[in-house]
Parts: sequence; C-alpha cells; structure tokens
Amino acid sequence: MTARTVLTVAGLTLREAARRKVLRALAVLTLALLGLSAWGFAKLAGLESQAGALTSGEVRLVASQLLNLVMFGLSLIAALGTAFLAGPTLSGEVESGQALVLLARPVRRSAVLLGKWLGLATFGSAYVVLAGLAQFLVVRVTVDYWPAQPVVGLALLAGQTAVLLTLGLLLATAVSPMASGVVAVGLFGATWIAGVVGGVGAALGNEGVARVGTVSRMLLPTDGLWRGAMHAFQDPSAVLAAGAEFAGFPFLSEAGLTPAYLAWSLLWVALVLGLAGTVFARRDV
Amino acid sequence: MSAGPDLAAARGLLASLPPSPAVWCSDLRKRYGRRTAVDGVSFTVGRGEVVGLLGPNGAGKTSVIKMLLGLVRPDAGEVHLLGRPGRDPRARERVGYLPELFRYQPWLTAAEVLALHVRLSGTAVPGAEQRDRLALVGLADRAGDRVGGFSKGMQQRLGLAVALVARPELVVLDEPTSALDPLGRADVRDVVLALREEGVAVLLNSHLIGEVERVCDRVVVLDRGRVAAAGTLGELLGRRELRLRLTGVGADAEARLAAAGRLTHGGEAWTVELPGDGEDADVPGLVADLVGLGVRVHAVEPGRITLEERLLGILRGDRP
Repeated sequence: MTARTVLTVAGLTLREAARRKVLRALAVLTLALLGLSAWGFAKLAGLESQAGALTSGEVRLVASQLLNLVMFGLSLIAALGTAFLAGPTLSGEVESGQALVLLARPVRRSAVLLGKWLGLATFGSAYVVLAGLAQFLVVRVTVDYWPAQPVVGLALLAGQTAVLLTLGLLLATAVSPMASGVVAVGLFGATWIAGVVGGVGAALGNEGVARVGTVSRMLLPTDGLWRGAMHAFQDPSAVLAAGAEFAGFPFLSEAGLTPAYLAWSLLWVALVLGLAGTVFARRDV
Repeated sequence: MSAGPDLAAARGLLASLPPSPAVWCSDLRKRYGRRTAVDGVSFTVGRGEVVGLLGPNGAGKTSVIKMLLGLVRPDAGEVHLLGRPGRDPRARERVGYLPELFRYQPWLTAAEVLALHVRLSGTAVPGAEQRDRLALVGLADRAGDRVGGFSKGMQQRLGLAVALVARPELVVLDEPTSALDPLGRADVRDVVLALREEGVAVLLNSHLIGEVERVCDRVVVLDRGRVAAAGTLGELLGRRELRLRLTGVGADAEARLAAAGRLTHGGEAWTVELPGDGEDADVPGLVADLVGLGVRVHAVEPGRITLEERLLGILRGDRP
C-alpha cells in the first residue's frame, strides 16, 4: 500500500511539474544562461589567441572559475524551481482543498510526503543533469575544457537540490506556500554567503570567521555540497598552480568532500524528511 | 492440534455476526484554541443506511466528517469505519468522500483524476466502469478535458464521480449540491437513492432540508458541537398537527384546544400539535366540542410537521 502511494504521488508530482508552466520557465531561463555562457566562453577563447595573452594553464583556471560560476547559476535555478514547487505542493494543496480528497484515500501521510519528495527530487536531479551536461558541452566546444569529475559534480549538485527541496517540504508542512519558498531560498542564499565569509576567514587565517562557514555548512548542507561539486568541476592542476592567490575565492574550491560530510548530508535529509513527515501527519487539513 | 476446529468455529462465529456498522463514532471531541467545535458526538451509520447530518452553520458537522475520515485529529473519542479503527488507513479503502471544499488537480483531465483515485484506493476498477461513473454525473463528454477549465458545478459533479469511483461501501457527501442547479440537485438525489438500493451507506451533510427529508432514513442533528437530536424521520416527524381557522374562541374553547395538544395561534389561525403520532386523536370530537362552546369553525386541516419546523424547534431549545 505504501509503495503504491509513494510511486503514484511521485508520478503525480512529476506530471504536475511537466504540465504547469514551471518546465517552460525553467527551459527559457536555462537556455538564456547557456547562451550567455557560450558567448562569454567564446570571448575567452578569443583572448587566448591574442598573442599568448593567457597561458593554457591560465585559460584552464579561468575556464574552471567561469564554469563554476555558470553552474552556480544553474544550481540557483534548480534550487529556486524546486523550492517554489515544494512550497505549493503541500500547504497550497491543503489551503485549496485539493489535499482533502487525496488524504481521505487509504494512504499514509508519510507515504504521500515521501512521494512528493521523490517526484521533486527526480525532477530537480533530471534538470541539473541535463542542464549541466549541456553546459559542459558549451565549455568543451568553446574553450576545449572538460570538468575533472563530471559525474561526481552533477551528483553533488543534484544532492544540493534535494537538500533544499527537503527543507522546502518541511517548511511547507507548517507555513504558507509562498513563505516556505521564500524562506527556503533565503536560507540557501544565506548559507552560501556564510560559506564565502568562512572561505575568506580561512584564507586570512582567522579561525572564528572560518567557523561561520563550517557551522552554516552543517546546519544546511547546500553550500557544503556545492563546494564539493565545484571541486569536481574545476581543473585540479590549474587550481594548484594558482596557489594561495585564489584562496577564499568563491568560485573555486580547495578541497573535495569528506565521506563523513556526505554521510551527514544524507542523515540531514533523512532527519528533516522525518520531521516533515511527523509535522504533516499531525496536521489537521 | 486442537487449533484447527477452534479456528474454524471462531471463523463461523465471526461470519454469523452482523456486519459492523459503516460508521461508528463515540464521544468525539475537538477544540480549536478556546472554541469547542465538537463536544462528545457519538452516532452510527448502519450498512446501507442513508443518514443526514443537520445543523446550523458552525455546529461542527464538517469537523465531525473530517474526524471520521482521519483528516482532523480528534482530541478524544474513537472512530470505526466499516469495522476498522479510523487510525488505520485501510479503514478508508471502501470510502468515497466529496468534501464541502472540493478542488481537483487543474492540470489533470477528468478521466485522469478518476484514474488517480482508483490507484490510490488500491481497487482494480476497469476503465469502462470509470467512464460509467463520469457518465452518471453527466460528464461523459468532458472526460478528456482538463479540470482547470471546469465550472464550479462541473467540478462538484466530478467530485461526486470521484467519491463513487472506487466501489465504495460508505459515501460521505459534505454539501454535495452547493454548486449545483436544480437539475443537478435532482441528479444527486437520484444518485443517493441508487446507492441505497445497492446497499451503500451514505452520510449526507446538507443545508437543504428538503433534500435530506427525501433521501435519508435517519437524521442526526448537531448543535454547538453536540448531538441535539437523532432518530428516524418517523421518530422525529411522527407528530401530526391540526391547523384550524376559528373565530369566537373564548377562554373555555382555548382550554379545550390546549387539552388536545400544544397550542399556538395568530389571528384566526390556530395550530394544535397532536400528542404521540396523532393517530388516536379524536378530531371530530374536538370540532364538536368547539362548536358546542360557541366557536365558529371555518377550516380544519390535519398536517404533518415538516423536518424544517422540527429542526427549528430542536435548535431553539423547544424540545418535546
């Protein structure tokens, strides 16, 4: 009964995302971003040809940074998209009355929630993988750069999307649809900024400031996963060669992810989803 | 191995028991903040029985329905649906529900909404039967249209089809005709009567007292979160009354009228509520006595109290 509910609701959620205008809006935004990045990377390739103004190592470093920058844009689109899908999906359905008939069926609310999560996670991951691959191709064609660990990077980016949508679902069980989307995206941005501040602190050797990033990365693992993804996209030798000059730079990452952090991220998702399930199960609709 | 025969005996005993009621709830209570919405409500709906839930706005009818369906957690009390405890989602396997606030996924077609509910219910209902349900509510030619383009009335018709699609044994209809025209109301009435024919239990909450009076076997009246009255229509409406148009009524005649039953009057119109079911009231004797007391009798009309009058009587604290 539970598996049937989870899969049915996941399918319904995917169908909703596909049929509402979300998909079209995402496609337009993504195409715009890909187009702009293609233009930028083409200019970068032009610089290289101007009498060796940039060495090949420098080009790889700049390409790494730019790729990370564009991927950040993509992850932002994915995060915004899923957070704003996750919000209306629960509290909006409760507000409109759509949830009444659904929850009066022989279903467990936790199964409905898990189905929503699965549908949104699939949607977000599919988007990140497709848009990310398209971006890799753009970079490949324009500056002949291919990320170091594309699969790991995309998986971490999908993980980041999943983390944010889990937070969005938790918020959606308690507050209004719009508020939950806004709060989720706000926290996502705040964690990213805290991560940048922490990076600067680490570069300056100030432990107190560096701890800001570490703590925020534990509270909401989006930034930690994003830094892992960046590390997978960039050219390791070029970053190494650049050395301390780029320490604390927001679009380069000095270290990959530790298995412990990955485990914590998984546990975080499970805990928050469990909490959302508990809140949703107790809620009157 | 004595368990074999014992088990068989136990099964035989279980099979010989009458089926558990479609709805059984006991002492349901719910508070929202300081306000008590439902205060110790208990009632049952038998298998195949059509029960009307009546009461003024804010009496707690929708809260009670939502507690029955597990949508609202009662603060206290117990619910059993079709023999299973309400906490168990499987209790709702054979339950159809049309909520007061009905809304269906606007991006799905009518046929897809039904298919979704069939899947969630876990019942195998062939496509042809699903289309029949749409036809029953008059949406046969709109099966492939998106719900987003439906009028309120069409959405309520779709809601009725959703409530009926998974072969329910209990159907809960909360204000099922609020968005329907007179024709649609008649359709709903026919649907409820057809369900009763098929032995499906129905719990009907409606403001339209005439609707309830026509289709319900029993009525539960809620007021301020409590059961104010409950019974069959015969029990609730059993009393008959006598409407008379009289002139020249003196004190003696008024006393004679009051002796026949509870008396109300305005101008020339006098109404006597006959005690019991009114069958053994001696109307000719009363008229003869009145004439004897010098009353001029212009009209004598026996009648039955309507559910509406009875309901107003109950709600105004005018208990028999």
